[in-house]
Amino acid sequence: MSDLETFRAEARTWLEENCPAEMRIPAKGDEDVCWGGRNFVFQSEAQKVWLERCVAKGYTVPDWPKAYGGAGLSPQETKILRQEMAKLGCRSPLNSFGIWMLGPALLKFGTEEQKVHYMGQIARGEIRWCQGYSEPGSGSDLVSMQTFGEDKGDHWVVNGQKIWTSYADKADWIFCLVRTDKANKYHGISFLLFDMETPGVSTKPIKLISGNSPFCETFFDNVVVPKDQVVGEINRGWDVAKYLLGHEREMISGMGGDGGVTSIGAAMKATLAEEPVLRAQMALFDVDNLTFRAHGERFMDEWKTGKAHPAYSNLMKYVGTELNKKRNELVMSIGGSQALEWESERTNGGSKARNWLRTKANSIEGGTSEVMLNVVSKRILEMPGG
Amino acid sequence: MAMTLTDDQNMLRDTARDFMASEAPVTHFRKFRDMGCKDGFSHGLWKQFAELGFTGILIPEADGGMGMGQIEAGIVLEEIGRNLSPSPFLTTAVAAVEALKLADKAMRDRWFPGILAGETVIGIAIEEGVKHRPEKIACVAERSGNGFKLTGQKQFVVQGASSDMLIVAARTAGAAGETDGLTLFAVDKDAAGLSMEAARLVDSAVAAHVNLDGVQVDADAVIGEVDGGWAVLSKMLDAGRVGAAAEMVGVGTGAMDMTFEYLKTRKQFDRVIGEFQALQHRAAHLYGEMEGARSIVLKAQSLMDEGHAKAELYVAAAKAKAGLACNLSVREGVQMHGGIGMTDEYDIGLYMKRDRSLNEFFGDAYYHADRVATMNGY
Repeated sequence: MSDLETFRAEARTWLEENCPAEMRIPAKGDEDVCWGGRNFVFQSEAQKVWLERCVAKGYTVPDWPKAYGGAGLSPQETKILRQEMAKLGCRSPLNSFGIWMLGPALLKFGTEEQKVHYMGQIARGEIRWCQGYSEPGSGSDLVSMQTFGEDKGDHWVVNGQKIWTSYADKADWIFCLVRTDKANKYHGISFLLFDMETPGVSTKPIKLISGNSPFCETFFDNVVVPKDQVVGEINRGWDVAKYLLGHEREMISGMGGDGGVTSIGAAMKATLAEEPVLRAQMALFDVDNLTFRAHGERFMDEWKTGKAHPAYSNLMKYVGTELNKKRNELVMSIGGSQALEWESERTNGGSKARNWLRTKANSIEGGTSEVMLNVVSKRILEMPGG
Repeated sequence: MAMTLTDDQNMLRDTARDFMASEAPVTHFRKFRDMGCKDGFSHGLWKQFAELGFTGILIPEADGGMGMGQIEAGIVLEEIGRNLSPSPFLTTAVAAVEALKLADKAMRDRWFPGILAGETVIGIAIEEGVKHRPEKIACVAERSGNGFKLTGQKQFVVQGASSDMLIVAARTAGAAGETDGLTLFAVDKDAAGLSMEAARLVDSAVAAHVNLDGVQVDADAVIGEVDGGWAVLSKMLDAGRVGAAAEMVGVGTGAMDMTFEYLKTRKQFDRVIGEFQALQHRAAHLYGEMEGARSIVLKAQSLMDEGHAKAELYVAAAKAKAGLACNLSVREGVQMHGGIGMTDEYDIGLYMKRDRSLNEFFGDAYYHADRVATMNGY
């Protein structure tokens, strides 16, 4: 057996022995997801045990180095572990913006001390993070942001407002872009980390068209942030932010369709048989969905071998999010009048309608489709003009 | 397998790219078009293909070929598409070879050497209506003497009138609409009762209407099993489909590159038109569509080469996607070129014509999207 095959067998045995049966049935909704953090209330003993075992094994962040709470797996081993988890239907032990976003930024830009401290906390699910980027006047034009940190020697005093801060009301800490030099647009922003319990921080959830409130407005009123809580160099936070946005786009680009190649058409066969034009739309969607999966696979293979264009994730983000919106439009059309129900038990509280509305943000958050097309056009196609 | 080309495949691509660009660029296509060539391609070029080993890419090593797969054939087809190089490669070296690989040794020995030498051309006589409907084949093969007597009509037989042999699908049992009861035959061009009328197509290729008026063939003209022709036909068609898709990736990419170059040089309102965001967004969207097409075609080729159970689904999706993306590319190409895009002198219109033919060849995007739906269970 090759090393990878041995690893696969070992991973499978470990999962079979350690993943509780309750954690192998699909999560019904967000309430079944483990986000960790100071105030997280476990929904079951199984959820707690599954997290603890994964933490001990380094499997909440399998590809992170062992010194920072990971298992030190290679990309191939990580892929195999995920495949085996999928086969057994294992739930993710821990979801977190710390894992997806802050961790990769710390790994690239953080000091050794920051890596050990913050990445360790993230890996153990102790601290739940949120991201403070957008401001009311700075959406697509993020670099125009105004939240200001006044230099007070060993600390900054931060004043301003962020918006679209995901789960800010539930987060323990924030990674936040703060202007630390008003004279320099790009090189006047720092990437700061601070506790949401610091005096002067407050949040207000925003009710969305889906009826849910996953985002908040976040206010800073004379918030004191020590200088050792900056990631990367002072005034060079834009580099960190850009790196993270690239990472975020890769992540969001994986959301097209249903996360796999399985068609949603088969389950709707009876309806589609009576609706030839809708069936045709579904068929063309399936062509695009299979295409996107193959495209993603090819992109990842080229990315790993350094052959992909550095701006390529912008293209994948555009294609993937537009596809996911199309998919949800089809789900609503196939669902007909029942999919319109907003609160009923038979629709699981209007889940189709709420998901459909949620997906409209896919092509806005993390860079709009229009900005993605700008980036592809200028950086990949090298079209002229500013 | 990884969705990237191997070093050997990259070398083949470089060879094919250099060769087509120097020996069969668009000027070569124009030359044969303008002389009104009855074949629509150069026999000399076909021989050069053979000298480079292209015609034997899919022929097994045991039969004297290179024993490679759809990815390699597709590499050559992409360069053919990019340069609009006219040749019998797709019909003869791809579709016909895939059918003949399932024939007995005598048949393989009869046809492979000529293909390997770049001397033989084979026509694919499947279509009976104006749209691709292989299961609806009605052409009849009755048992007669030592073999069969073929009666019926075929159309859209590309290069049929230039062919040495036609692969004819006919019904030995069952009724139109059934996949059982079909048989494939190798019919010599000189067979009594076989007549053809050549028609020039919009892209200057020449396709034949074929009339089979009681054409007598021996039993050894059967490719594969009597009544079991669907298996051979499917293999041949899928190779032809994924090959046409690869060629469309070449046509679409060639048109796209030409258009992007134009956007970077054409000036209006004192600006290079590529500065206009209205065009930039359409260009970026087109690029995404072509990249997707390239990916699904590569995926379909590799699944075919692996003999994967899902290959048929991916081939259908690839033919559909490549057709839609290539079509978008040529439409945007003509529009973004403006007035000169409408002139015969400019090449972009030639790409539009080629796309139209390739989209129709072996089933269009709608036919294949419908198959995707059926294979996906609805």
